[in-house]
Amino acid sequence: MAGSIPASLSADQATGAAATDRPSRPVSLAGEAWRRFRKHRLAVVSLIVLALLIAAVGLGPLLWKVPINDIDFGAKLRGPSLGHPFGTDDLGQDLLARLIYGGRISIAVGLAAMFVAVTFGVMIGAIAGMASGRVDAVLMWITDLFLSLPQLPLLLLVIYLFRDTLKNLLGLEMGVFVLIVLVIGGLRWMPVARLVRAQFLSLREKEFVEAARALGASRIRLVIRHILPNAMGPVIVAGTIDVAAAIIAESTLSFLGLGFPPDVPTWGRVLFDAKDYLDIAPHWALFPGAAIFLTVLSINFIGDGLRDALDPRRVL
Amino acid sequence: MTEALLEIKDLKTWFKTDDGMVRAVDGVSMTIARGETLAVVGESGCGKTVTARSVLKLIDMPPGRFEAGQIVWRGRDLIPLPAADMDKIRAREIAMVFQEPMTSLNPVYTVGDQIAESLRTHHGLSRKESIDGAVEMLKLVQIPNAERRVHDYPHQFSGGMRQRVVIAIALACKPQLLIADEPTTALDVTIQAQILELLGDMKAKFGMAIMLITHAMGVVAENAQRVVVMYAGKVVEEAPVEELFGNPRHPYTQGLIRSIPRVDARTRGHARLEQIPGTVPSLLNPPAGCRFANRCRFATDPCRDSEPPLRQVAPNHKVACIL
Amino acid sequence: MSRDYLFRRILIAIPSLLGISLVLFTVLALAPGDPFGELVTNPNVPAEIRLALRAKFGLDDPVWIRYVRWLNAMLQGDWGFSFTSRMDVDTLIMQRLPTTVAVIGAAQILAIVVAIPVGVLAATRPYSLFDQIANTLAFVGFSLPTFFTGLLLILVFSIQLDWLPFVYRTDIRASGWQWWWEHIRQSIMPVTVLGLFQGASLVRYVRSSVLDVIKLDYVTTARSKGIGEPKVVTRHVVRNALIPVVTLVALQMPVVFGGAIVTEQIFRIPGIGSLLISSILANDTPVVMGVTFVFACLVVLFNLIADILYGWLDPRITFR
Repeated sequence: MAGSIPASLSADQATGAAATDRPSRPVSLAGEAWRRFRKHRLAVVSLIVLALLIAAVGLGPLLWKVPINDIDFGAKLRGPSLGHPFGTDDLGQDLLARLIYGGRISIAVGLAAMFVAVTFGVMIGAIAGMASGRVDAVLMWITDLFLSLPQLPLLLLVIYLFRDTLKNLLGLEMGVFVLIVLVIGGLRWMPVARLVRAQFLSLREKEFVEAARALGASRIRLVIRHILPNAMGPVIVAGTIDVAAAIIAESTLSFLGLGFPPDVPTWGRVLFDAKDYLDIAPHWALFPGAAIFLTVLSINFIGDGLRDALDPRRVL
Repeated sequence: MTEALLEIKDLKTWFKTDDGMVRAVDGVSMTIARGETLAVVGESGCGKTVTARSVLKLIDMPPGRFEAGQIVWRGRDLIPLPAADMDKIRAREIAMVFQEPMTSLNPVYTVGDQIAESLRTHHGLSRKESIDGAVEMLKLVQIPNAERRVHDYPHQFSGGMRQRVVIAIALACKPQLLIADEPTTALDVTIQAQILELLGDMKAKFGMAIMLITHAMGVVAENAQRVVVMYAGKVVEEAPVEELFGNPRHPYTQGLIRSIPRVDARTRGHARLEQIPGTVPSLLNPPAGCRFANRCRFATDPCRDSEPPLRQVAPNHKVACIL
Repeated sequence: MSRDYLFRRILIAIPSLLGISLVLFTVLALAPGDPFGELVTNPNVPAEIRLALRAKFGLDDPVWIRYVRWLNAMLQGDWGFSFTSRMDVDTLIMQRLPTTVAVIGAAQILAIVVAIPVGVLAATRPYSLFDQIANTLAFVGFSLPTFFTGLLLILVFSIQLDWLPFVYRTDIRASGWQWWWEHIRQSIMPVTVLGLFQGASLVRYVRSSVLDVIKLDYVTTARSKGIGEPKVVTRHVVRNALIPVVTLVALQMPVVFGGAIVTEQIFRIPGIGSLLISSILANDTPVVMGVTFVFACLVVLFNLIADILYGWLDPRITFR
């Protein structure tokens, strides 16, 4: 099975420019991170784009009051117009309103799944990094195992098997939401766990942790106060990328017709409905597709900028 | 002085960084005659390695660039030379031995392959001939069982043995100049002496000139004929080896000589090894006057105001100090 | 690379296969009720098969016995019966598998052929215009979900330009060259969708790996030999840079299979991915389980291939 990935092969050598004493400016860590983030121009643009997108789906319903399920067969499959800026679907429902509504769900799924993945990953990684020895070996074996699971088939399998139970338990929409978040999050914690564990292993030996230990700090305290904050940079980067991956995963499920039910117009679901009308109503597919693409792209660029800002050693 | 093989004239190799221009080599001149061993000494970060790499144009550009100066090799300036012509000079006329034997060999090819590579490129040998040539070179650098070991990979050799392989690579095409960039720094003390001895043997055999870059004055005294002392990207003193050790003129050179550990020091009453206070100044914004002024116990106001030029103080002895 | 290494790698693959089967079985065992429960109400299921299945799975036995029995059945190719297709699951999957493997394989080749040169060129000219364009396109590439790229290609090349068919057909009647031509034509879009998605992340891996390697000492050694920059890059940089990339590609395989399922669904390619979706929609449990298991085996297989490639690329590996 795939072993550990070297994050970087670089030997720390600076040919020639060896004697560069950087003039030290008194800047805070956050200030320095922001300074580096700003240098990534696409990341800054993406931050603005994402903020606009979130504002649009968040505040949109206040400004655009057309209901999402207002059926009007007289105006079905219309292209963009003043009355329907994004056009209509096969039932004459307003696409703009549907996409605003669906975007809320898609982004909420992304954030919630990221939260699940990061929480789970930090826990597993911290336990493995702290325990070392056999516990560590077993946890890492499980991590490697999960990394080599075929995710989408498994995702489909779990949803197939558990959908009805949760539907009965939590109601249709909520049940699918919880299931999708748990499953996507539960299949994406491995990179975070590895990162956290690696940070633990390297930080455990550093002087300031040694010093804290010498001063008699308890293990839990050591972890919470000293090690976790230092491991946060790479985890934030991984978490950001996870949001994008979770949005794609949710859209994929919905696109395959196995995610949210038809009356919940997530972006993937709208695409699923639109795909058979590509020839007569391409706008129907283009708008949700572009929404997914734009969201995912800007999150990925922000992740790249955050990597420059928080984790400058890693290049991947 | 005999015919100059290599003549570096007022070379400036600068590096562009986020914080500004780093003047790693800032107006360096030196010459090497045919068959001569020239030592270039100084602390780390004083521009020795950059000077050496500049000669073979092994500086990454960008961020590096040749700001001014000439590198005249057998009457031809290398700086404007196209890459293809430069490749004909590399290994065949000028070769280089690097500091880190553990990392300067490619882990995925056999040592034989790596020696044979330049033979194939420059002498147009066939695969078989070039491997035979590699075996010959391994024998020359005294690697036991050369016929068998030629097919081994670098990780199967110890540090000292790897450095012998690196020397074999460098000498495979019988260059006229060998640049040895701190060839022994990364090695154990006992191995250091062996490698220096090997370099001496090779020189006796091939008669090439050697540019020996080092920070150890002891190595200089035993191996070089002439010495160039560099400090903060500049040449501060240049003299034949006996003259330099007998009559060092620059306070920096004097400090370097005094910092050589001596077995007999205690008997003479020097209880401690001397050190030069302070560190090499930033090459980003070098001080206006003499770059050594802030560490020099003789420094006066004129030293801080203007840079002392390199001036002749004795035949073949130049120093950049107003004292 | 020695035979010993190969043997060791295969030995390591076995526990991961067992682990994956355990995960699959756990999911199945945890599933509410009896995963075969719907068979009872399914009028298409002959009663004797239902009873045979129940007996074979011995649903009242302890969990671990059920696991061993289940695994044993899986290993012997006894994967159950598909009620929708009315044939044995293993036969059904084996019919469909070659198409999937062909599409994934072609896409991988396309990804490698595009990504390695682009990544290497970008890394040897860092921050140049080419590098920036390549990097931005790579980001666009892996931010575009496969289902959207697929629809876009259909929209442009099938609907607007009418150059390529958007439904994959197995019943092409032509023969000889014509048959090949039709197959290539209908494979272009699916392979492109999958290949570019893979290639986009591969470009980033290759680029950063080359950037790491190119500043190493032995590359300077190679340059000092005067063998010329193209040879320095191809012989000394690329070969070493690909070693970590192989591992990353292997780690990407589960994602690639996900993309393959989507692609098969969009273009209606009769592979095991579209089989999985249609079986889920038809509640055909044995097929769902079988296909998931096959995907798991494929992941392990690709990891094994990656390990072997790794050992071949890096002579140090055998001696560790």
